[in-house]
Amino acid sequence: MLCVSLLLQITSHNKNNLKIMNTELLGIISIFIVSIVLAIPIGKYIAKVYLGDKTLFDPIFNPIEKFIFKISGINSTEEMNWKQHLKALLSINMIWFFLCFFILLFQGSLFLNPDNNPSMSPDLAFNTAISFVVNCNLQHYSGESGVSYLSQMFLMFLQFVSAGVGMASAAIIFNAMKERTTDKLGNFYNYFIKSCTRILLPLSIIVATILAFSGTPMDFDSKDAITTLQGDHVEVSRGPAAAFIAIKHLGTNGGGFFGANSAHPLENPTYFTNAVELWSQLIIPFAMIFALGFYLKKKKFSYVIFGVMTVGFLLLVIPTVISEVNGNPAIEKMGISQATGAMEGKEVRFGPAISGFWSIATTVISTGSVNSMHDSSMPVSGAMELLAMMVNAFYGGCGVGILNFYIFIILAVFISGLMVGRTPEFLGKKIEAREVKIAAFIAILHPLLILSGTALASYFAANDTAMGYWFSGNATGWLNNPGHHGFSEMLYEYTSSAANNGSGFEGLGDNNPFWNITTGIVLLLSRFIPIVGPLAIAGLLANKKYIPESAGTLKTDTSIFGIMVFAVIAIIAALSFFPALALGPLAEYFTLK
Amino acid sequence: MTTNKSTSLFESKQVKEALVQSFVKLNPKMMIKNPVMFTVEIGTAIMLAVCVSILMGATDQGSFIYNLIVFLILLATLLFANFAEAIAEARGKAQADSLRKTREETPARQILPNGDIKNISSSELKKGDIFVCEAGDLIATDGEIIEGLATIDESAITGESAPVIREAGGDKSSVTGGTKVLSDKIKVIVTSEPGESFLDKMIALVEGASRQKTPNEIALTILLAAFTLIFVIVCVTLKPFADYAKAPITIAAFIALFVCLIPTTIGGLLSAIGIAGMDRALRANVITKSGKAVETAGDIDVLLLDKTGTITIGNRKATNFYPAKGVSQEDFIKSAVLSSLADDTPEGKSIVELAGAETANKLSIEGATLIKFTAETRTSGVILKDGTNIRKGAQDAAKNISLQAGNAFPEDTAQKVIDISSKGGTPLVVIKNNQVQGVIELQDIIKTGMKERFDRLRKMGVKTVMVTGDNPLTAKFIAEAAGVDDFIAEAKPEDKMNYIKNEQNLGKLVAMMGDGTNDAPALAQANVGVAMNSGTQAAKEAGNMVDLDNDPTKLIEIIEIGKQLLMTRGTLTTFSIANDVAKYFAIVPALFITAIPALEGLNIMRLHSPESAILSAVIFNAIIIPILIPLALRGVDYKPIGASAILKRNLLIYGLGGLIVPFIGIKLIDLIVTFFI
Repeated sequence: MLCVSLLLQITSHNKNNLKIMNTELLGIISIFIVSIVLAIPIGKYIAKVYLGDKTLFDPIFNPIEKFIFKISGINSTEEMNWKQHLKALLSINMIWFFLCFFILLFQGSLFLNPDNNPSMSPDLAFNTAISFVVNCNLQHYSGESGVSYLSQMFLMFLQFVSAGVGMASAAIIFNAMKERTTDKLGNFYNYFIKSCTRILLPLSIIVATILAFSGTPMDFDSKDAITTLQGDHVEVSRGPAAAFIAIKHLGTNGGGFFGANSAHPLENPTYFTNAVELWSQLIIPFAMIFALGFYLKKKKFSYVIFGVMTVGFLLLVIPTVISEVNGNPAIEKMGISQATGAMEGKEVRFGPAISGFWSIATTVISTGSVNSMHDSSMPVSGAMELLAMMVNAFYGGCGVGILNFYIFIILAVFISGLMVGRTPEFLGKKIEAREVKIAAFIAILHPLLILSGTALASYFAANDTAMGYWFSGNATGWLNNPGHHGFSEMLYEYTSSAANNGSGFEGLGDNNPFWNITTGIVLLLSRFIPIVGPLAIAGLLANKKYIPESAGTLKTDTSIFGIMVFAVIAIIAALSFFPALALGPLAEYFTLK
Repeated sequence: MTTNKSTSLFESKQVKEALVQSFVKLNPKMMIKNPVMFTVEIGTAIMLAVCVSILMGATDQGSFIYNLIVFLILLATLLFANFAEAIAEARGKAQADSLRKTREETPARQILPNGDIKNISSSELKKGDIFVCEAGDLIATDGEIIEGLATIDESAITGESAPVIREAGGDKSSVTGGTKVLSDKIKVIVTSEPGESFLDKMIALVEGASRQKTPNEIALTILLAAFTLIFVIVCVTLKPFADYAKAPITIAAFIALFVCLIPTTIGGLLSAIGIAGMDRALRANVITKSGKAVETAGDIDVLLLDKTGTITIGNRKATNFYPAKGVSQEDFIKSAVLSSLADDTPEGKSIVELAGAETANKLSIEGATLIKFTAETRTSGVILKDGTNIRKGAQDAAKNISLQAGNAFPEDTAQKVIDISSKGGTPLVVIKNNQVQGVIELQDIIKTGMKERFDRLRKMGVKTVMVTGDNPLTAKFIAEAAGVDDFIAEAKPEDKMNYIKNEQNLGKLVAMMGDGTNDAPALAQANVGVAMNSGTQAAKEAGNMVDLDNDPTKLIEIIEIGKQLLMTRGTLTTFSIANDVAKYFAIVPALFITAIPALEGLNIMRLHSPESAILSAVIFNAIIIPILIPLALRGVDYKPIGASAILKRNLLIYGLGGLIVPFIGIKLIDLIVTFFI
């Protein structure tokens, strides 16, 4: 139905390119459907992995994991409570951060640096290390000239483990949702290692192979030099890109090997690789939701969650695709045909439809890889991309998507429990003041980080303050565009950081101490607090008495509860960000109109 | 007290008192308990400062009149919220006062340790003191009879006009202050310190003095505080955003936006809802020890009810006559009636009743000798003038009599006896001159409407359990007939206790009603223990509620009151938050339209001007509070239609309604405001 209305909207505007558009839309729809269909068996497999059930691949993985546990001296059967889980999680993350920070700081003089790229400045190294540890990959540098192959390799390692940490956190929540009273919630290292070895690694090998065969480089050579037909001398960067790009999507990291990310012809050579990369960022977030259903044997519950997320996703995607395909009215007024849609900042081999679709997929799911310039998106698309990250709970990042959604479930359960006249309970556990306190805190944190960050930057920009150490020159210097668009650029940067997304509106001068450090702090807080919060709630709930369902219990696997969750998400996101969106993309939209 | 059940929500005396209180409650020390309204008060103070600064010559904040109006509307918002709380308190207080009036300055005759009697005021009585009451006296305070028996008129408290008997010892020994002794003389020991009786506690509770927030209220307050905090963040960060966009915002506009966005509707009504919940309980003649008990009642999963007096009417009734083979129906009934005419037990009366007045009037037992029931013979009856000896009694006793006289016990009667027993009834065998005439069937009569009540409870998700001393067979039959979900047969006090503990271990919340001292431990163990007012002091102390009407089915009402309480909070929260969408569309364009004309596109309500838009939104925000006071006091209707259906219904009414209503309201107010600008 939605697809049909989408089609009608577009065709009514642009009859002459109906055929092209049909093909483009068909492309989007089929990628989306294939992802959903494949997510179900993969979800079942993920549930088995976390339950410790037998799978076909046990003979391959059992010895590998045994070896890893043995050399690290970990007893993977020792059950942990939620606090022990957090301790393990935070300490390994801290070690990775310092390792990464020092590698980046000294990469210029370390091995595997054939292009002789320089070492990073401390503030950039700080920002980059954090942003890879937290699965964001903000990248205030360009891959070709900013990092050595050693750094790329370590960043790739972080892309694996940060995704694994997210998935392990989700696994702990799954465990805590079981119908029993306990404080034993499985072993963190067990969930973490298995997420990497049994889920991320095999899928990455498949995707990397496809990419390598489609033209993405996979070597350790330095830049290649070619002479073009025009006779220009061009240097082409290479490196171990295929492997990097596979995990960048599967782990919803989004950090590009090259500066232009997936718009780069070697990073994303064809429409087919584009489809594969889209699929690989969608698949694990999709599968994790189904995995929850299989894990708890509550399939209907997972369908309700998936349904809510999908409705939210479609509400963001449809206006975006429509506005991109319809082109820019301001340019049309100048007499230039917009028959092929809004092509500024887009790759011709992809076109406006799938670029629009990608821009929402990558922001809804905290990937943050781009195949077009979001800075050049139409105002409506810009608003939708921002909104996708502001909501940050439709599908969401690898594992953490469910954590974010969990907070909204708790709030929805609380309010709807009151609405039916019963002390709120979720999966047989009473929601009380303590859980509400934590959930409310997490729900506030996201707007707090985004709005206060943007307010700080706006304050300096409004007064055109001389920034001293923080930025060379006056504050307006970091804006490439004045007015509403400039505001959107600043808002986007903090939103992307707070959502651990990592995509950039670009057009913002962000490689300087001010942006590196402020976004670095936002990244850190917005990654770990939203992991600590849901884990704490889940741990507290798991320890509570289990109350069997009765006729008076509000069921959480019904469409009406789904609507309630959706309303809570929509209202919290819409209400907190409405003024900011009004001053940014909405002002731009109404001005263009 | 029935006369006090005012049908009108607002009585002029209460309104007057509440109006005064609305101003008294502006005291910041009292306001800070309600974080949402406290922030409004800060905003109001800032607006006052702005007004003053304009008078002193400030020019950049717009006209004085406009700022003054914003200030006055904010002040009105605060007063409305205070009024809601004050009116709820006033209603509770009025209720409590009528109870208290009867007991103040009641003279009491205290028996001093040396035996002398001293006339003192009831307020001087201390726990452990003994006083004496005679016919015509008002009982000075709550206590327990230690000597004597009396008929007492409890109508002052229960509204029930029939007098009740209270006597020393046993389960009917407790008396309540304010009730009147009609006959006889009793000695009463005081069971509570002055000001600490059950009623005093309740009065303090509804007056708000000692009202503590319930856990659920605390959780909701946290959530509301969080929403308030989000909007603090939104409004504070808007300042640099607006500076960047070169769109200056006046302080009035900032504060208007903030006050409109924070959940003032629910924030203003929250405590009124809680007080009104207890007030509703009191109106149902139930005294609660804490607000929490009412709330817990809404969550009850299991309800324990005594069979006798609750599910069945107190006594068994004759339902059928079964003559033995060879005895005519008419003759049998005649014998049965003759044996019962002089029998004033309820069973005896019910036999006469069943036979009908026509039959009974024809018969006479003039000059007959009555034979009373004794534990030894286990029969009763009459020896008529003509020497006919008619007895009725338990089947084994009757069997003995007839067998000893050499008469056989008819087989069909024996069979009937078994049938009746298996159906949960009691067989009563009639013998005439030592010959078995037939059997009368006595049955427990289930009160009318019980099945519907249990169905309603089942739909609410409450499991009902019948507690009875009957054997399991009888218990099962009655349980099925009444429609209860489970039963405890041959119940001893510890059985109740164990049942409650088991259910609680399964995570269920249990409610029970009781009156006897031996119920006290179970009442204390239950999550909601309702003691009957006629019950012992021990039972009343153990429970967390007292039912003044002694109506065992009252728990159903209490559960509904509890659910209503939660629902009213939930729905008004949803309504309050949903309102924000429309308020955003009113205020945000108004803030920026001068600097960014294109944002007129967001002004979907086509409000007249930025000033009229802001005023309309603030006015709507203020007047919605008094409009919703009646709903807050009455509570949202509860219907047992299942949780999902209720959610759907309330989401539609209060969620969707909350989304749409302010769009209409603000537009209408704007049309009116435009006249004056």
